[in-house]
Amino acid sequence: MDNAALKERILGLVPDAEFLENKQFLTFVIPPAKMHDLALKLKFETDLAFDYLFCLSGVDMVNYLEVVYHLESTTQKHQLVLKVRTADRENGSVDTVCDIWRTAELHEREVYDLLGVKFNNHPDLRRFFLEEGWIGHPLRKDYVDEVNIVEF
Amino acid sequence: MKEADFRDNESLELFKQSGGNILMTTIDAVIDWGRSNSIWPLTFATSCCGIEMMATGASRHDFARFGIEVYRASPRQADVIVVAGTVVNKMAPVLKRLYDQMSDPKYVIAMGACAVSGGPFFYNTYHVVRGVDHVIPVDVYIPGCPPRPEALLYGVMQLQRKIKLESMRNPRQTVELK
Repeated sequence: MDNAALKERILGLVPDAEFLENKQFLTFVIPPAKMHDLALKLKFETDLAFDYLFCLSGVDMVNYLEVVYHLESTTQKHQLVLKVRTADRENGSVDTVCDIWRTAELHEREVYDLLGVKFNNHPDLRRFFLEEGWIGHPLRKDYVDEVNIVEF
Repeated sequence: MKEADFRDNESLELFKQSGGNILMTTIDAVIDWGRSNSIWPLTFATSCCGIEMMATGASRHDFARFGIEVYRASPRQADVIVVAGTVVNKMAPVLKRLYDQMSDPKYVIAMGACAVSGGPFFYNTYHVVRGVDHVIPVDVYIPGCPPRPEALLYGVMQLQRKIKLESMRNPRQTVELK
C-alpha cells in the first residue's frame, strides 16, 4: 500500500488522528485512548499487516511526554510512525502494546526507566538499565543530579 | 621512546636504588621472567576499546608475541584484567567481583580514556564511574580514545617491566579497598 492510500486508511480507522507533514515516515499523532485498538487493527487486518515494531522510543518534549512507534509490514512493505502524547508527566500513562508486538515489552521498560512513562497492563514494568531503587528518570529534561551533572 | 631509554630509564634506576638489585635473587629472576612472559588477560571489554583490544590480539599486531596470549573467560585463570571501555555504576560491582575472583598475582590495565578517568563522559552524565581506579587498583594506565593497538602493546610491555622488578621477599602488596 502506498503512503497516500495508507494515510486514508489510517484516517478512516481513527478520524481524530493528527497527520504530521514533511516527515521521513508517514506520521500520525494518535489519542492515547485509541492507541491499543488501532494497534490491534494495524496488526491483524490483512491489508495493513504491520507485523514488525522496529522501534519504540520515548521523548520528553517538556510540555508533554511522547511515545513513538515505528511500524513496518514485512509482507506489504509499508512503514508507519505513530506518536502518542501524554501531558501528565507524573501519572501520564499509555496502554501497552506488548500483547500485540512482544518486542515492545523490553522497549516499554526502557522508556519507563529513562523517561517515566507508565504503561497500563504491562506484565513486568520495572527498571531496565538502572538499578532498582533509583530515584527519578534521567532522560527527562527536568532531571536534576547535583552530584554528577555540571550545569553550564 | 628510544630503545636505550626503554631498557633503562629513570624509574628503573629508582627501583634499583630502592634495593631491588640486592634482594633480586636468581629465583626471583626466573619467576619474574616466567610471570611477565605469560600474562593471561581476562576478557573484559565494555565498549569500543574492546575492538582495539581484539585488533591487538589479531594477526596484524598479535600480542601473543609478548606472552599476553590466551584470553580467559574465567577470572580464576587470568593474571591481568584489561579494563577496555566505560564502566557504569551498575557494572562496577561486577568488575570488583571479577577482580576479587582472580588469583594472585593479579594486575590491572586501565585502557582508554573511560577506564582512566571517565573519558568523554566525565561530566553531565549520571551513571559512569569516573575512572576504574575508583573500584580496583590499577597498574598501568593507557590513554587514548580508543588507544591504538601499539599503545596497548606498549602498556603491556610497561606491565612486564613492572613484573620483572618483583621480588619474593618483597611481594607485591594488594591494595585493599574499603
